[in-house]
This record gives sequence, structure tokens and C-alpha cells, in this order.
Amino acid sequence: MLNNTKLDLWVGIFVAVGVLALLMLALNVSNLKTHAGDGVYYVTARFENVSGLKVRSPVMLAGVRIGQVETIELDPESLDVLVRMSIASNIATIPIDSMAGIYTAGILGERYVGLEAGIEEDFLIDGSNIHRTNPAMVLEKLIGQFMFNKVEE
Amino acid sequence: MILQQLIILGKASRAWLERLGRAYILFAYMVWGIPSIFRRFHLFIQQVYFLGVFSFLLILIAGFFVGMVMGFQGYHTLAKFGAESSLGVVVALSIVRELGPVITALLFAGRAGSALTAEIGLMKVTEQLASMEMMAVDPVKQVLVPRLLAGIFVLPLLAAIFSAVGILGGEFVGVAVLGVDSGAYWSQMQSSVDIYNDILNGIVKSIFFGLITTWIAVFEGYDTVPTSEGVSRATTRTVVYSALSVLALDFILTALMFGEH
Amino acid sequence: MNDSNTSLISIKDLVFHRGEQIIFDGTNIEIPKGKITAIMGPSGTGKTTLLRLLGGQLPPLSGSIHIDGQDVGRFSRKQWYLLRRRMGMLFQSGALLTDMNVFDNVAFPLRENTALNERMIRHLVLMKLQAVGLRGARTLMPAELSGGMARRVALARAIALDPMMIMYDEPFTGQDPISMGVLVKLIRSLNDTLHLTSIIVSHDIHETLAIADYIYILSQGKVVGEGTPENLQKNPSQWVQQFIHGMPDGPVHFDYPAVEYYQDVFSFEKTP
Repeated sequence: MLNNTKLDLWVGIFVAVGVLALLMLALNVSNLKTHAGDGVYYVTARFENVSGLKVRSPVMLAGVRIGQVETIELDPESLDVLVRMSIASNIATIPIDSMAGIYTAGILGERYVGLEAGIEEDFLIDGSNIHRTNPAMVLEKLIGQFMFNKVEE
Repeated sequence: MILQQLIILGKASRAWLERLGRAYILFAYMVWGIPSIFRRFHLFIQQVYFLGVFSFLLILIAGFFVGMVMGFQGYHTLAKFGAESSLGVVVALSIVRELGPVITALLFAGRAGSALTAEIGLMKVTEQLASMEMMAVDPVKQVLVPRLLAGIFVLPLLAAIFSAVGILGGEFVGVAVLGVDSGAYWSQMQSSVDIYNDILNGIVKSIFFGLITTWIAVFEGYDTVPTSEGVSRATTRTVVYSALSVLALDFILTALMFGEH
Repeated sequence: MNDSNTSLISIKDLVFHRGEQIIFDGTNIEIPKGKITAIMGPSGTGKTTLLRLLGGQLPPLSGSIHIDGQDVGRFSRKQWYLLRRRMGMLFQSGALLTDMNVFDNVAFPLRENTALNERMIRHLVLMKLQAVGLRGARTLMPAELSGGMARRVALARAIALDPMMIMYDEPFTGQDPISMGVLVKLIRSLNDTLHLTSIIVSHDIHETLAIADYIYILSQGKVVGEGTPENLQKNPSQWVQQFIHGMPDGPVHFDYPAVEYYQDVFSFEKTP
């Protein structure tokens, strides 16, 4: 048998590498960094339609990822959809009149919430509401409208 | 004639059920003996060495190759849809959720499980287990429990190493060889791989795999017919039963974890 | 012999089956305190099984076993482990733990069963190894020992906890004449100096007759002869005479039961 110190050393190395691999999976591979924590604040937006949007879909500002969707809930009274999203705290200067829309990355890509910066001097803070929103475009609806217009012509 | 066949079938199933029963009794007894490990912690460390360190290099190499293969396969499938930038997602999800835990468990059963069975079986053949009993030392606590716990501890670490190396292997093929953008590889991966749903579930899977492969290995060794033929049969059975149980258990766990989404 | 004050172990009406096979069928054995008792019989008569029954590794089907005045029939696992601390057993192969050297093997029962510090353990281990003459071999691994040496180390280990009795499972099998002589001398001297009770299971007539104080001969689950070595030589039973003189034919036949030879030879149809 190996002497004990050498054995302990190898076991130590093995366990350290294993834990490092776990850390890499957690920090580099997964969305842990963008998960709820101190580093984010929450804002809510009300949409007419969010078709295709999912929890953990990205939130982008000017094409850069700044956060993700946390919850999607239907408001039983207005039948609107309330989307709560988390935004990294270092992005603290988004004007309060910014507009949120639901877009598609590429023709088949996934849905994301896109923010377009407004002009107000006040900024979105934790708990703010985004009032100006654009609903998701539903492809079938658009095609239907297009065909209908063609027929009219 | 048919009656005779039925009797043979009945006898075989009864023997099989009896073995299963003995395996459960041994498991319950091992669980009951777990507290004894605190008195013999060095035995646990020793087994982490034999089970973990010895399988380390194998897992490292296997993980890298599997990752590279996933890189190629994923790229060619995704390229048809013009979605090469999602390569990171495909590689990471398939490895972290499935291939990492499963292939690691299969390799572990072949490398460490068979060695465990042979070792314990030989200890039985050479009367070492009986002599421990006669020295008022419980062989289950002395020999089996440290190995079972080490197996449960080691497999998740090996699976994590496999997954991490596999993702790097996928990056090597995807980014360095096929020219996928490195930023897209990682950022798409990070936005789609969830810490709880994917990574944690993968770890939970490998904990169960570690439990079942080591349990089968120590049981087969402990239950060996004490002859050299008995040991070789038990070793083979360990590999076969472990592999089948891992795959079946993987199906059950996957259905439980991802079935509702 | 039946005086319970002088018996360490008394076995009454012991019955044990292995599968369909009857191993013991109402066997009665008394093992006197402080003496060397030998259990003899041809291979397959359950001599080793008897030791396993005495060590609690197998439960008897019926009958009673008393060890040191305690009825062990209803012993719990815990009680058995307590009792085993006072038993030593020398296995046929020695059964040393292959991943430890000689010193650690002898120290093993002490470390596991006592709270002695390493200094005390070292003293005890060296003492036991000295008793079997292998103090100088303490750093060797079991694989480096000859068969005779392995058995002596196992003997040192068996007496490590200062037991009240030692059981020897075929101690003379497969030994060269010198290690055989060494073992015979050791068994005798340990028995007398440590005031042990020894039980030897063996089929080596010559050595066993030379060393034992009292001998039981078993066959087919029964005691067929017993007595001191001198008495046994005069035993009228043909069976006992065949066994102790190693005659090829007698009550135990040379031929395995079969139909008459000429019938077998001339019946062509049946093969084999």
C-alpha cells in the first residue's frame, strides 16, 4: 500500500479537481450568475400577448443581454400578461419611459424581451413598471393579415 | 414436460428473488452501519483513493472524446438549420443531463465496480471476512460500508469532471476546428443551462448511480460462491447488472425530473 | 468427561443440515477446559462446519451449545461479537488481511476491540510475535510469507486478545515437516502456558494423535469413536480402526456404489 501522506495527497487532488469541475459547471456553464441574488433588481411589464416567451428567456437592451424573465403570470381581470424580469444591478440607468417589446432572435430563434431606451431623466428601479410595451408578433396572424390584404387588392 | 419446465422456471425465479432479498437485507444492514464510519474515517479516504483516483484518468479521457464527438454531431445537425451558434447549448445539455452521469457510471461499474467485487470476493475465498468476524470485527462495517460511501461520494465528482472536460472538448471541436464563435458557444450555453434543472439534476442522478453501482458491486462480492469460478462469475454479473440498472434508473429519474416540462 | 465444571463447551443433540445434506444428526460433544481436544473424521463430515457453529457464523437447526456456561442458541449478533473477543480461531489458510503487513495484522484485533494506545499495542504485538518466533518478520506483507509463517502470524493474531480458547481449522494440512513440527510444538506450548482450551479439527492422524488429550471421531453426523489417543488405538470399532490406520477398504468402501461391473460392461445401450 502507498504510505498515508501520498494517498491523502492524491485524494486531496482528486476531490479538489472534482469540486473545481462542479464550480465550472455552476459558474461558467449554467445561468447561476444571472440567477436571483444581490446582483439584480426586478421590474415588471404588462403585455397583451407574450406568445413564445418563457421563464429564463433573455432580456436585451440594444442587443446586449442584461437580465432574464423570472415569472410570467396572467392577470385574471384584464387578461393581460405580467412579466417580471431581473436586470443586473450594474445596468441602473435605464430611463423610466423605456419601451419593452417581445422579439424573436432570427426567424426560428428564441423569444426575448427587448428594451428600447426612452428619454426621461428618471431611471427604472427595483419594483418599477414598464408602461410602454409592444406585444409579441404572432407569425400566423401576420401571414393571415398579409394574405387578406393581398386579396383586397 | 411443460410441468417440468415450469418447475425449473419457478426454481430459478425463487433463487433470483432470494438473491434480491439478500441484497436488500445487506443494504439495510449497511445503512444501519453507516455511523461506524466516523470511527474508521481513514478507510473511507482509502476507498476514495481506490475508487476515485484510479478512475480519474479514464474519466478525463472519455469525457474529452465524448465532448468532441458531440461537438461534431451537434454542429452538423445544427448547421442544417443555420443554428450553429447553439452548439454550446446542445453539447452542454446533453452532457450535463445525460451523457455525463450515465457514461461515467458505466465506466465506473466496469473499472471500479468489478474491482470491488473481485476484491471482496477474494477476501471471502481466502476466509478474510470470516476471520474478521471471529476477531469480533464486523466485516460489513469494516469492508463494505466504507466502499459504499466512497462510491456514493466519488461518482458525482467523476461525473462533474466528465461533464466539464466534455464541454471543453465540445468547445475545442466547435470553436477551434469548425469555427463557431467562442462567445456564442458560451453565452448561449449560459442562458440555456439551468443550475437547478440541469446541473443539480445531473448531480442527483450520479449520486443515485454511485449508490446502485457500488451496492451491486459490494453485494456481488459479499454473496460470492467462495471459489475462483464464483468470483469470476460475480465480477461479470456486477458489470452486467450495474450497466442495466444504471440505464433503467436513468430512465426513471429522467421521467421524474424532466417528464412534466 | 460430562462434568460441567470441567467442560468449556458442551454440545447436546446438535442437528444441522446444509440443503438436503445432513451434516450433524444428534451429535454430543464435550470440550474440557484447558485441554487439547481434537475433532477428526474424513473430509466432508462437517468438521469445519462445527467450528462455524461454535463461532456463531452458522446457527444450528436444533440442539444446544453451551460455551463457558452460556447457552449461545439465542445469542444476538451483539452477544456473539462480545463472545468472539474471547475466542481465537486459526483458519486453514491463515486468512491474514492481505492489505496490511504482519505487525498491523496482529495489531488489528487490538486496535478494533480495545482502546489501548499505540505504545501498549506495540508491546503486545511484539510479545505475541515473539511467542510464535516471528518478531523479526513484522514488516513483511502476507504475500511475502511462506504458508507455515502465515499460519504462525495468524496464530499470533488469534491470541492477541488473550482468548479463553482457540479453534484450529486443519492446522497441519499442506505443511512441510519442519513447519509441521513448529506448529505442533506451538499449539502444545501455547495451550499450556496461556491456560487455553484448544480445539483442533483435522484429519492428519499422526500429528493429532501426538498432540491431543482427547479425540472425537465423526462420521455421517455422529460420533463414532472417542477417547484418549491410547484408548482410541484399542477401540474395537472397525470404522475407527480403518480411519486411524488409513486402510483403503473397510466399512468405508473403496468403490462408489454402482451396479455389478459385468452388467455395466455388457450393457451397450446406456451411455455413459
